[in-house]
Amino acid sequence: METRYFGASVKRNEDQRLLTGQALFIDDIELPGMLHAAVLRSAVAHGRIVTVDVSAALKREGVVAAYTAQDLGDFWQPGPLLVPPPPIEGSVFNLRTHACLAKDKVRYAGEPLAIVIAADRYIAEDALADIVVDIEILPALVDLEAALAKGAALVHEDLGSNIAAHIHQGKGDYARAASRADHIIKRRFLYEHGISSPIETRGIVVQWDARGGQLTMWDTTQAPVFVRNGLAAVFGLSERQVRVIAPFVGGGFGPKIMMFYPEELLLPWAAMQLNRPIKWIEDRLEHFVATTHERGQVHDSKIALTKDGKILGVKDVFLHDSGAYDPYGLTVPINSQCTLLGPYVIPDYDSTFTCVFTNLPIVTPYRGAGRQHGVFVIERLLDIAAHELGIDPAEIRRRNLIPPDAFPYDNEIIYQDFAPLSYDSGDYEPVLDKALSAIGYAGFKDEQAAARAKGKHLGIAVAAYVEGTGIGPYEGARVQVQANGRVSVATGIGTQGQGHYTVFAQIVADQVGCDVRDVDVVTGDTDRFHWGAGTFASRGAVVAGNAVNEASKVVRQKILTLAAEHFECAEGDLELGQGQVSIVGVRGQAIRLSELAQKANPMRGAVKPGAEPGLESTQYFGPPSGATASGVHAMIVEVDPETFTLAIRKYVIVHDCGTVINPLILAGQIIGGAAQGIGNAFYEKLMYDDAGQLLNASLADYLLPTSLDVPRFVLDHTVTPSPLNPLGIKGAGEAGAIPAGPLFAQAIEDALGFKAKGIELLEIPLSPARLWELTQQAG
Amino acid sequence: MKPASFKYILARTLDDALAAKTEHGDEARFLAGGQSLVPTMNFRLAQPAILIDINPIAALSGVRDGASIRIGALTRYRMLEADPLIAARQPILREALPHIAHPQIRNRGTLGGNLAHADPASEMPAIMLALGARMRLQSAANDRWVDANDFFVSAMETALRPDEMLTEIDIPDSPPGTGTCFMEVARRQGDFAQAGVAAIVTLGADGKCGGVRLAFCGVAERPFHADAAAQSLIGGDGSDDSFRQAAELAMAALNPPGSTHASAGYQRHLAGVLARRALTTAHARATTEVRRDH
Amino acid sequence: MTTERHAISVTVNGVRHDKTVEARMLLSDFIRHELLLSGTHVGCEHGVCGACTIWFDGFPARSCLMFAVQADGHDIATVEGLADNDKLSPLQQAMHEAHGLQCGYCTPGILMTMSHFLASNPAPDEQAVREALSGNLCRCTGYQHIVDAVLLAAERMRG
Ligand SMILES: Cc1cc2nc3c(=O)[nH]c(=O)nc-3n(C[C@H](O)[C@H](O)[C@H](O)COP(=O)(O)OP(=O)(O)OC[C@H]3O[C@@H](n4cnc5c(N)ncnc54)[C@H](O)[C@@H]3O)c2cc1C
Ligand code: FES
Ligand code: FES
Repeated sequence: METRYFGASVKRNEDQRLLTGQALFIDDIELPGMLHAAVLRSAVAHGRIVTVDVSAALKREGVVAAYTAQDLGDFWQPGPLLVPPPPIEGSVFNLRTHACLAKDKVRYAGEPLAIVIAADRYIAEDALADIVVDIEILPALVDLEAALAKGAALVHEDLGSNIAAHIHQGKGDYARAASRADHIIKRRFLYEHGISSPIETRGIVVQWDARGGQLTMWDTTQAPVFVRNGLAAVFGLSERQVRVIAPFVGGGFGPKIMMFYPEELLLPWAAMQLNRPIKWIEDRLEHFVATTHERGQVHDSKIALTKDGKILGVKDVFLHDSGAYDPYGLTVPINSQCTLLGPYVIPDYDSTFTCVFTNLPIVTPYRGAGRQHGVFVIERLLDIAAHELGIDPAEIRRRNLIPPDAFPYDNEIIYQDFAPLSYDSGDYEPVLDKALSAIGYAGFKDEQAAARAKGKHLGIAVAAYVEGTGIGPYEGARVQVQANGRVSVATGIGTQGQGHYTVFAQIVADQVGCDVRDVDVVTGDTDRFHWGAGTFASRGAVVAGNAVNEASKVVRQKILTLAAEHFECAEGDLELGQGQVSIVGVRGQAIRLSELAQKANPMRGAVKPGAEPGLESTQYFGPPSGATASGVHAMIVEVDPETFTLAIRKYVIVHDCGTVINPLILAGQIIGGAAQGIGNAFYEKLMYDDAGQLLNASLADYLLPTSLDVPRFVLDHTVTPSPLNPLGIKGAGEAGAIPAGPLFAQAIEDALGFKAKGIELLEIPLSPARLWELTQQAG
Repeated sequence: MKPASFKYILARTLDDALAAKTEHGDEARFLAGGQSLVPTMNFRLAQPAILIDINPIAALSGVRDGASIRIGALTRYRMLEADPLIAARQPILREALPHIAHPQIRNRGTLGGNLAHADPASEMPAIMLALGARMRLQSAANDRWVDANDFFVSAMETALRPDEMLTEIDIPDSPPGTGTCFMEVARRQGDFAQAGVAAIVTLGADGKCGGVRLAFCGVAERPFHADAAAQSLIGGDGSDDSFRQAAELAMAALNPPGSTHASAGYQRHLAGVLARRALTTAHARATTEVRRDH
Repeated sequence: MTTERHAISVTVNGVRHDKTVEARMLLSDFIRHELLLSGTHVGCEHGVCGACTIWFDGFPARSCLMFAVQADGHDIATVEGLADNDKLSPLQQAMHEAHGLQCGYCTPGILMTMSHFLASNPAPDEQAVREALSGNLCRCTGYQHIVDAVLLAAERMRG
């Protein structure tokens, strides 16, 4: 096989449509007779519902229907558990899922109370104001520790506490580490992650064909097959009666995978009642409260070290904010727990976490998915250790890196995919070296002093991380050479801009020897491919990519077999390329793939027994466990010591995500992730008051970074292929977003000489206002 | 986020607009650039029964030269940014404009809409206060001029009566030997300021500070002029210390409300830092002016 | 409640459209759902994200902050008008080559903003490009490849 495309910066197949305004996004769907929905959401974070009265709304001209929980009858059910908790001994997990409309109680501001269906969205919104709501207000639980205090109000009364889960994992014996240690550091860390805030919000269009018994739902989901299966189960339909299509989706980053969002059930249910197509497009205000968040954790952490900075052990106890319900299981806190270990040898690890129900929106993974929290803890502990032990911050990291001969490296705990947390491959020191050299680490002290002489305050930082990617269970793909010579590929994952249309095409084009532009990739339509899990955990390229590769290999073999028959020659004499098969060294002896595809589906003549028609194959791929990517980020900032505003002067990213399919697309993923990391570290904060009200629910107040807040990144990479899949690839979707938190903390401390002033940055997000407050507290 | 229903009145002339406003009073709002009004309507925070669209009234738009500069209320930010008269005679306006939102918004937003909206975090009201601008308020029956200081009453509250329109803004020229400076701190480019300051320093023939204006945005319920701070500099020679002390005085006079992104304490602190810096720059610019004149 | 409708006549990408609309219909909704030019996207409806940016009488503006009635007698340009049949404009082409889009949702607004910018700034530096771009939020790309694309397009347009 020639690898013309694999590894090359092939331009994207999907761009033409997107650049000309022709790509179909959810709100572009117009169906005859379509109605529009709006959802009434609780203004109160915690309270007992006395009345939700829609009678006035129903009288408004243009309103077709309005439903409350009462109207749903037997359809009213708490939703399913999406991701069960991993089998960790002694774990406590209290499952409480939401229903699509709140019935007796509301548990967060934004929880749906009623849905209005009207002739257009304007009228539907008018009607929301007609609905009379009476809620008896209960104390809102916003703070994690307060929620666990004796006598606290209860989010779910029947539970008797606000504990959603309690998990302990560890290896070795931290007490042993502590007893041997020269130095122990103990700190409390606060890390909050925000909302993914894609520029396209969520949306659903649904059509029920009563005569055909066919339900079609267009949905901005990242996991169409799961949604399809779930809908079939809920409505008692066969899976063939339900079609879920994820059209072009304007960014996801995790939260577009939660299942089920209330609207994903309410819309099809209402469409069946009314026998009319219905559209619901979440508006930006709703997005802040109706789409899942990631939010915060509080860590009490200890690290035990030798005096030369070798880590002996880490003990970490943390609280995790689950929000009002926990349908997504433990993915986020388990990621925090596992990723804290980083690229380091940590012989003794003792980690316990408690998930807490609060009166805030549901927490599910958002790009990084809890990994940031863990990375912040270990990276900050190492910074503090470096300072207290008088070791350079880069050097203390180097001393603790897992050596290259230690892979696969078993961490002896269980990861989110239920498999033991084992790093498949890696070589960390070259990554660190490249980053240090690119940022100019060696010469920075002089640069800093020179800048300081001119009144400028520069600071440097370096932070490392690993990322478990590409987890199972599996994905599948069908590859088919069409009679017109084009090759079609179908997979079950959804795509939200990651370039799947192109990277999958690259894999196929190399195998079957066609032009990459002649490959049509379909993702996210359950009628085109029935099986799959979805796009999450940096797994699309790894898992689906390998399935595409396997299917392409079979198709390639079919092509060779058929062509060998055609030419009456040995397969070994054949060559695939330029959309045709030719005999090596014989000019003019070639047959087009289109012709072969026609031959593979003959109208007449004898076909050998057992032969399958067509140049087609469907294959599945499931890795035994996740592949571990790694990286180091380094940054130089300039901070105004009076206003505490900050400018990034240089940002270097060196990463290793195994074999690279398309460097340009990969760079886009890494840079995009890093920009979100910057947002998380210094701009984006969900601000809640004590009553559980979000105070900054607009894009004017929730600060997504702009082109002026994000610098030009310097990128480099190393390649340690993953042994867990034939292509050797590791996921890259989340990597860029992970280490910005510790990077900002370290760089700002350095720029402003905080260490000398006794100021430590132990929280994320930071902001100029917060930095000022911390300096005030320090006096 | 769709606006509630309203009745739309297209006003082709000033008289039409004023007549409609007289008829409907508080029920009606003028629609100028729409860059503040429409978002609040989309959030349904504002639900005016009637909108009087004044965009077609050409007479309300433009920058006119005279002893002072007169700016029509409907003049868009974009036009002000490109106007040579503004650049030459009121450079502080030119300096502040790029801080307002982004080009797409400045292509629509108008100076009159901004001032009538009276957002205390907005740059323009503070600058008008610093410059001693006057507002022309017209109704079908009345025509009056109001000083900036009297125009801004409180947050989103002005001296405009229910039947009045802000039609024109009059900005007096600064005396020779004047330097100006506008500075702000916002979280991102184009965001409303957490604190902003307009400083104007006029040097006398003796090189001493003859006149000083120091107005803040973002740190009070309305644009705020720090009288004592400005006064303290009069007759001084513009030393670093004097600016530091003036900044202290300004901070002492301020009682910022705080916002989601900035505590009151941080806002006051910022106001002090910015005051010192802006005064320093304005003074330096005034000095250059004086040199150029000689 | 008034549901008075207004007859309007709007030219979009050179084509005249005569329609009647309710006063409150946002221009963005009109373009997308009445004229079915759904390339103009909506991300926030409060003027911040920039996805809905169109040209109104030749200048970039937020279509979510205008009412369709205001467009009566005016001239609008949208992303659908940028390419010459199948031939991409220099900026569109550069966006493709430099990988300036991922999900592509912000892209139409960015194209409208930056093609106007390029028309009046033929030789911008990176900082100028970033300033011009700062009123359009993109959550996917981290902006770098968009900046590259604008600089590339500028270079090519200078010839
Ligand atoms: C994303 C974004 C960011 C922004 N950032 C900033 C910023 O940093 N700084 C800043 O200052 N502004 C900012 N703005 C607001 C912008 O400057 C507005 O354009 C301005 O505040 C209002 O001007 P307008 O012409 O758009 O007025 P409109 O929105 O049309 O009207 C505003 C109010 O004034 C009334 N009104 C309008 N004209 C008159 C008149 N002639 N007489 C009497 N009443 C009148 C209207 O009835 C309405 O109540 C931002 C806006 C957006 C969308
Ligand atoms: S939709 Fe208009 S600016 Fe976001
Ligand atoms: S490409 Fe997705 S928002 Fe910009």
